[in-house]
Amino acid sequence: MIWLTWRQFRTQAAVVFAAVAVLAAVLAVTGPQLADLHRTAGSGLVDRVSGSDQSLYYTGLLVVLAVPAVIGMFWGAPLISRELETGTHYLAWNQGVTRTRWLATKLGLGAAASMTAAGLTSLAVSWWSSPIDRAVNGGGATDTYFPRLDPVAFAARGVVPMAHAAFAFVLGVALGLVLRRTLPAMATTFALYVAVQLVVPLWIRSHLAAPDRTTVPIEPDGAPISVQDEAGQIIAHLDDVPGAWVTSQQTLNAAGQPAPVPSSFPDCLRTESGPPTLQQFEGCIADLGALGYKQQVTYQPAGNFWALQWAETGLYLGLALALTGFCAWWIRRRVT
Amino acid sequence: MSAVLRAQGLGKRYKQRWALQNCDLDVPAGRVVGLVGPNGAGKSTLLKLASGMLTPTAGTIEVCGGRPAAGVEQLAKVGFVAQDTPTYSGLSVADHLDFGKRLNPNWDDAVARDRIRRLGLDPEQRAGRLSGGQRAQLALTLGIAKRPELLILDEPVAALDPLARREFMQDLMEAVAEHELSVVLSSHLVSDVERTCDYLIVLVDSRVQVAGDIDDLVACHHRLTGPRRDPDTLPAGQHVITASHTDRQTTLLVRTGTAVHDPSWTVSPLGLEDVVLAYMTRPADAVRDTRPALEVLR
Repeated sequence: MIWLTWRQFRTQAAVVFAAVAVLAAVLAVTGPQLADLHRTAGSGLVDRVSGSDQSLYYTGLLVVLAVPAVIGMFWGAPLISRELETGTHYLAWNQGVTRTRWLATKLGLGAAASMTAAGLTSLAVSWWSSPIDRAVNGGGATDTYFPRLDPVAFAARGVVPMAHAAFAFVLGVALGLVLRRTLPAMATTFALYVAVQLVVPLWIRSHLAAPDRTTVPIEPDGAPISVQDEAGQIIAHLDDVPGAWVTSQQTLNAAGQPAPVPSSFPDCLRTESGPPTLQQFEGCIADLGALGYKQQVTYQPAGNFWALQWAETGLYLGLALALTGFCAWWIRRRVT
Repeated sequence: MSAVLRAQGLGKRYKQRWALQNCDLDVPAGRVVGLVGPNGAGKSTLLKLASGMLTPTAGTIEVCGGRPAAGVEQLAKVGFVAQDTPTYSGLSVADHLDFGKRLNPNWDDAVARDRIRRLGLDPEQRAGRLSGGQRAQLALTLGIAKRPELLILDEPVAALDPLARREFMQDLMEAVAEHELSVVLSSHLVSDVERTCDYLIVLVDSRVQVAGDIDDLVACHHRLTGPRRDPDTLPAGQHVITASHTDRQTTLLVRTGTAVHDPSWTVSPLGLEDVVLAYMTRPADAVRDTRPALEVLR
């Protein structure tokens, strides 16, 4: 059974692992000089990264984000749907191996390969990017590079890519089993995986570890303030907590109660034309602060990175296990 | 003799439509069974139920003394060659033999290699490049070398040209004789079955119409021709399968266990094809009203 799985899987596996190897080689060559730069420049590194290294930084990020989706589409979805499409499941399921064992072997080896591919990619990219990540966490500017906890970078670092890949693989297998056609299964796998990857950072990830909360005064020389929604909302930037992932902002009134920004503030900022001047802006901020308004910021501190990583890994592996159980049930009861 | 295939009240429903209903069968071991019926009659459904590819909606089915595909032991007892004889197009002929060898406890590698050599197949050739006949032969080789007690073949020759069809059937029969297999094969052509099978099941409109030894079937069906008369006036032992009337003459096709003595009938013998066609063309309502699937009594 292992032989059959390998025999049917080796081409797809070779393509993905070859791509991973190429990426790893490029990173291995360019990585040490970035580490040297961090040693000499510290957090100032973020302003001195070369153009090619900057492209590599984003390429690495995109590759780690894409690997699980590619695995789900090209390894997971065709695994059973192609057999069902060509009728070869009649051949496979009438040898001296039960359907359950056939599925278990294919899922087990496939998931292991998926986690290895995603794990190696993440390892290489996380290692290569670690000088930049450390510089950002150490207070370097975040306008070009993401903190590790930022929703985009989080899924491309550490151990979660392995869990994402295992989940995407089993999701593809399950959809292939239910839809019974390869192309629709691939498309649905991609759509569903992307949907889950949006839902988790937007609504779920911030609850996976206890957040920190801080209240900052609204004043011109305090935490930097910006405004949104025509000055209907205030955003405070936690420059003194580097690497944090801000999950929610709330303005508090003088009594310490959550309250909307008073209308006097946007009125104060209004101009005949163009944006308000810096002087005007600071004046309005000072007025708002004088009314007793403060800004409450909820965030995941950089120190929660690994707690969040392991919690999300557990979440995705749990989903993958649930889908595995579904596949086992479906292949015995529903597939004809 | 023990039964190789036994079904009681077997039925399979896909959503709203019954593909097979009220199927009772008791097929003895050591036979080559032909399953005939028009397209869409439920032949594939019955064979998939027998191989465990489907689970019944109603009733029970037992193959070689066990529930189909219940475990490794049961899987080893039954070989199944599905419709259109699927093979892995990316794997070579040799890979397929390797596949059979690694996945089957009773695999007979000598038989498999010998067959491939005799068939003149190139072991390095990919299955996707084989002709339809060669692919069918490869699938049959996998089925035979697994050394099952029962080999089930679903329309194995439907896609083959007449020459390949004959070769395949001959080859199958040689293997049957050599390995003492029981075989169930389906076809929508009586001629395929007539040459090779000794037991017949006629399946029409999701129901078994008749099942029995082919010689017995031919022996106990007769064509009666005589002056016009109501078929209901026949003696109790004579079952009318089809009746046609002209102004003055009645032609009946009847099944009876005893000889027909009524001198007003001209009795003529029937060929297997006539018998099968009679069951296939029988009006559908005649089937639904009465309980069909009578086993032929010896």
